Amino acid sequence: MLAAFIGFEVIRRVSPLLHTPLMSLTNALDAIAVVGAIILAGEGKSTLSTVLGTIAIVAATSNIVGGFIITDRMLKMFKASKTPKP
Amino acid sequence: MTNLAGSDYTIEVLYVIAAGLFILSLKWLSSPGTARRGVFAGELGMLLAIVGTLFHKGIVDYRWIAIALVLGSIIGVPLGRVAMTAVPQRTALSHAFGALCVTLVGTAEFYLRAPNVTPFIMGVLSLEVILGSLTFTGSLMAAGKLQEILPQRPITYKGQNFVNLGFLGIAIVLAVMLTLHPERMYLFPAMIIIPLIFGVLMIIPIGGADMPTVISLLNSYAGLSAAAMGFVLDSKLLIVAGALDGASGFILSVNMSKAMNRSFTNVLFGAFGQEQATAATGQEARPVHSATPEEAAAILAAANKVVIVPGYGMAVAQAQHKVRELYDALTKRGVDVTFGIHPVAGRMPGHMNVLLAEADIPYDKLLDMDQVNGDMPQTDVALVIGANDVTNPAARTDASSPIYGMPILDVDKAHTVMVIKRSMNPGFAGIDNPLYYLDNTLMLFGDAKAFVGNIVKELAGNSGGH
Repeated sequence: MLAAFIGFEVIRRVSPLLHTPLMSLTNALDAIAVVGAIILAGEGKSTLSTVLGTIAIVAATSNIVGGFIITDRMLKMFKASKTPKP
Repeated sequence: MTNLAGSDYTIEVLYVIAAGLFILSLKWLSSPGTARRGVFAGELGMLLAIVGTLFHKGIVDYRWIAIALVLGSIIGVPLGRVAMTAVPQRTALSHAFGALCVTLVGTAEFYLRAPNVTPFIMGVLSLEVILGSLTFTGSLMAAGKLQEILPQRPITYKGQNFVNLGFLGIAIVLAVMLTLHPERMYLFPAMIIIPLIFGVLMIIPIGGADMPTVISLLNSYAGLSAAAMGFVLDSKLLIVAGALDGASGFILSVNMSKAMNRSFTNVLFGAFGQEQATAATGQEARPVHSATPEEAAAILAAANKVVIVPGYGMAVAQAQHKVRELYDALTKRGVDVTFGIHPVAGRMPGHMNVLLAEADIPYDKLLDMDQVNGDMPQTDVALVIGANDVTNPAARTDASSPIYGMPILDVDKAHTVMVIKRSMNPGFAGIDNPLYYLDNTLMLFGDAKAFVGNIVKELAGNSGGH
C-alpha cells in the first residue's frame, strides 16, 4: 500500500517525454519476480516446481537484461539542445 | 544455526536496500538529466536482490538456476537491442514474459502447498495466476498485432462483450471456489486456461490506435500479479516492485484514456469498429488542395514558427531521420521549429518522443499537447506527418463523431496546415478528417520519408530562399 502510494507520487511526476523508458524500466524492475523463481528452482521440492521455476527464471532474466539495456539505450538518446539543466 | 540466521538477516537487509533503490530509480527517471542514474540504481537493486536470494538457505541445487540465468541473459540481450521502431512490440513481449514468470511460479506454489493453503493465500494466489495468465496471452496478442503478424484491425462479432465477460466471470467463480475449498485441486488448471483464453479474446477487438492504452493496462496487470505473488511468498520486495509497476501502468492507462476522452471500459469493450460504419458512409469526394515538395519547401522557408506533428505514420515510414534533416535545415534559416506530440500518438506512451530522440532531436523541442495548443494561433505552419485522428477538428465540433470530445492538437488554428499522407484513405479509426478539406490545409501526398526528403532537398537547393 505504502509502496503503491509512493510509486503513485513518484510516477506522476515523470514527464510524458519519458513514458516509454518508464514503462521499460518498470518492466525490468517487475522482473524481480525472479527471486521467487530462483528459490523454486533451487529448492528442488518437486520436479514440477524445478521445471516451472527454471522456465520462470529464463523469462524473468531476459526481461531484466533486455529491459535495462533498452531503457539505457533510449535514455542515452535524449539530449538537450543547449546545456542540460541540472 | 547462527550462521543461517545471519544469512536470513543479510537477505532481508539486501531486499530493503533493493526496494529503496527501485523507488529512487523511478524518482530519478522523472527528469532526462538524472534518468540514466535511475537505470543504474535499478540495476544495482536488482543485482543485490538476486545475489541475496542466491544465499537463501533453502536452495540446495544451483545447476538449474545457473543454466536459466545464462539462458535468460542470452535471450535478453537481443531483446534489448531491437530497433527503436520495434519498441512497442518488444514492450508487449516483455509484459508477456513477466506474466509468464509470475504464472509459472504461482502454479508451482499451488501444487507445492495445496491443499494446505489459507484462504488469504489462496485468494491472492488466484489473483496472481488469473492476472498473470490473461496478461501472458493478451500481451502476446498485442505484440503480434504490433509486429503485424496478426491483423491490426479490430475483429468484432455480435455478443463479443458478453462472451468475454462470461469467461472472466467463470475465472472469478473458480477463484472463489478454490479459495473456499483449496482441496478441490482439479479446479486449478481451469483457472489458468480460462484467463489464457480471455487474454486472447480481450485483445482481438482492439485496434492499433488503442494500443497505447492497452499496453499500459497490461503493464499494470503484470505489476499487480507480481505484487500478488509478493503476498503469496511473503516478500516485501516483490510487493514493492509489483506495486510500482502496477501503479505506473495504471497511471499511464488513465492518462491515455483521458487523452482519448474514453473510459477504460470503453477502450476494452467498445472497439471503434461498430461506430465508424455510420460515420464513413455518405461522404462524397470533396475538393482538397494539394501541393508539391517545392511549394511546401517555399512555404516552410518563409515561416517564422513551425510546429511538426508526428504520428504513427512517421514511425511506419521510418521518417524520423529525414524529419531531423528538415528540422536542421529550417533551424539554420532561423525558423523556430518545435514538435507537438499528442499523448496517444504512436503505439505506446511516449513512442514519438523516443523516435525523435533517436534521430537526435533535442528533447526540449518536444512539447506536449497543452504547451503546443496555446501557441497554435501564432504558428505559421503546422506540418502533420503521419498523424490523423489526433488532429481531427471533428473531435471539437462534431458531436456525432466517434472521437468527439477527444483532446486534439489544434493544428487547424495555425495559419497554414500541411499534411503529409499517402492517400485520402481515412486513418486507422476509419473516421473522415474535415481538416483535409479546410482552405488553409495543403495535402502533401506521398510517402512521409520520401516527401520530407524532397522538401529538405528543395530547401538545400535554393539556399537563397526567401
